[in-house]
Amino acid sequence: MIRLQNVRKTYDGGANFAVADTSFQVEKGELLGLIGESGCGKTTTLKMINRLEEPSGGEIYVADENVLTQQPEALRRNIGYVFQGIGLFPHYTVAENVAAVPHLLQWPESRIQERCHKTLDMVGLPYDDYGSRMPTQLSGGQQQRIGVARALAAEPEVLLMDEPFGALDPITRAELQEEFKRIQNALDLTVIMVTHDMTEALLMADRIAVMKNGEVLQIGTPSELLNSPQHPYVQEIVEMPKRRADRLESLLEKPPGNERGAGDPA
Amino acid sequence: MSDNLREQLLVLPAYFQGHLVLTLIAMALGIVVSIPLGVWASQSERVKGPLLTVVSIIQTIPSVAILAMAVAALGGQIGLVPAISALVLYSMLPIVRNTVTGLETVPADVVEAARGIGMSSRQILVKVRIPLALPVIIAGIRTAAVWTVGLATLSTLVGATSFGNYIFTGLQTRNLLAVTVGSIAAATMAIVLDAMIGGMQWLAENRNQDVDSAKYRRVKAAVISIAALCVGVSGYTLLPNEEVDFVVGGKAFTEQYIIAGLVMAELQSAGFNVEQRVGMGTEVVYEATANNNVDVYLEYSGTVWANILQRDGNPGRERVFEEVVSHIEEVDNMGNVARLGFQNLYALAMRKDRAAELGVESIGDLAAVGRNLVAAGDLEFFGRPEWIAVRDSYGIEFREQLTFDTTLMYTAVNEGQVDVISAYTTDGRVAAFDLLLLEDPLNALPPYDGFLAASSRAMANPRFVEILSGLENQISDELMREANKIVDVDGGTVSEAVAFLQSQLN
Repeated sequence: MIRLQNVRKTYDGGANFAVADTSFQVEKGELLGLIGESGCGKTTTLKMINRLEEPSGGEIYVADENVLTQQPEALRRNIGYVFQGIGLFPHYTVAENVAAVPHLLQWPESRIQERCHKTLDMVGLPYDDYGSRMPTQLSGGQQQRIGVARALAAEPEVLLMDEPFGALDPITRAELQEEFKRIQNALDLTVIMVTHDMTEALLMADRIAVMKNGEVLQIGTPSELLNSPQHPYVQEIVEMPKRRADRLESLLEKPPGNERGAGDPA
Repeated sequence: MSDNLREQLLVLPAYFQGHLVLTLIAMALGIVVSIPLGVWASQSERVKGPLLTVVSIIQTIPSVAILAMAVAALGGQIGLVPAISALVLYSMLPIVRNTVTGLETVPADVVEAARGIGMSSRQILVKVRIPLALPVIIAGIRTAAVWTVGLATLSTLVGATSFGNYIFTGLQTRNLLAVTVGSIAAATMAIVLDAMIGGMQWLAENRNQDVDSAKYRRVKAAVISIAALCVGVSGYTLLPNEEVDFVVGGKAFTEQYIIAGLVMAELQSAGFNVEQRVGMGTEVVYEATANNNVDVYLEYSGTVWANILQRDGNPGRERVFEEVVSHIEEVDNMGNVARLGFQNLYALAMRKDRAAELGVESIGDLAAVGRNLVAAGDLEFFGRPEWIAVRDSYGIEFREQLTFDTTLMYTAVNEGQVDVISAYTTDGRVAAFDLLLLEDPLNALPPYDGFLAASSRAMANPRFVEILSGLENQISDELMREANKIVDVDGGTVSEAVAFLQSQLN
């Protein structure tokens, strides 16, 4: 569904590469987690797919079509995009935000309305209750649900997400992660999700690509990465959640607190 | 209600309409020009710096100078067009600057989202950046509106009707009431426009919250009604009104207002529809008459001699008059419809006791003592060739040269704040304050025969020529001085002085 072939990005004419010779493929209905530290090239890689950044070399295919031969705006309207900043249009109502892409695609009004109702239902914010509200009247979690609804409104098959849950509080984040996974499965969406949170990647991704210094070090399912890391950095980053869980467990098991919580899963 | 107040209120509707139309058209054009410029600047650093510098520099040019330049650039056209051009130039800085600032402060994540969902640069600008920058842009428009209302008072100087007519006429004719009415009217208009645009700004700022609240609806209704009222009033003004047959012009001092009033009354009594545009500078009204934008005004032979012909020396009253008339007829396509009979000479005047104390009797005596004296001139005097001629012929140098409004200048010399002033010989205040007019033995100052200069268009109308040539030789120095005194010394209105002149004619 999405295929990158020897994709490179340089900002200084080739002296340094933000993304160096990267190739991978994402199958239909698959969620690929793209993980790494800040500045490792994961966001640049993501943005090259909908041409928010222009690749310096290589080829990118979405649904077997070369993105570089397409008009960038038309390309972006067919690919959902969700990011940490959310970036809801503050002067649009919730419904107008969700309808933004269908409007750009010049759908008939009746179809837009129908789709808005459906998408808002899907993210748990029914049209009748929330459609005419302004974004500033919503909580952070609700705003990001609208962000997801806006990305899904034009029925894209591919969704790009750049740290979509990064700015949310832990409880809201966990809630949204789960819900999003459900939506993704229901719609059979092909997703690339950039994150620096390994727990999030392990919980949500079908496969994970670990990036460092502009290169993909290893790509594989969560269990492949856990059981056979091929790079010390991969091992370190993959084991982080487990190490933290163990530490948490040992803290909880300590006396005098044997009354409750000790047996709960971390 | 006093006669004076009644007279002021009578012209209020015309001045109000004039002022409002000037302001609204200038603002509309200012917005149409400045917002695109601001958008352009916000997209290119190369444009932004130079553009903001240029609009800032425009702002520092004195407004009177911009008005004069607008008249010159438009080939002597007076009235709405040069006034609006100048006001538009002045309105640009706050609107351009706020447009740039507003666009730059749109949150980056909103712009990224707009790009990410597939909006083109144009769509991002129109659907996202401009709407989000709107409160800041409106704040710029608000600042510009208040400035424009204030500056529009100066439009009077280029012959556009505004509340400035109250202020300039009032200052020149010592009519404090007129000045007050004009100032209050202008301030009120500024306050109302400021409130209306402030309301728009509030609406733009709060449209992201609850737009259905009672307060939001109330503000919206108020803004819409004021705006509708403004548009209605100016639309009414712009309707083609009665055909104007002649435009009577004039400069900015008492005698000019009186003669303009007299000429207007004469033409009106013959059944012509006449409009008056007084309070202009010499250059402006001369150019306007040469270009048929003004039809008749009071000019002085010496003024044309020195300023237009650029001549100095004084070959005698008749020679100067003949040469001036032949110049305006042959070169500038105007005519002399009546030589009124009086002369209004520029002269240097002092308080008699001060002159005696210094032993000064003629201008020549100033050469010796000038270095210790403070001189005051009217708004034009020290820039005019007549002063250069006097200064060079007699070798005078003053310790200080101050420029005053005429009325204040007389007050200053009378109270001893200045020693020497530029006076007019027909000015009633010379006699009233008992000033000494200094002799001019070298004839450095030219003669100033008052005559009605008329446009070629008006001269082609036999009835016009017939009526006004009836004023030939009808106004003596004495009579003119009397009429001026009614306004300048006795505190009467211009209409009273006009009525006095009419009663003395024939």
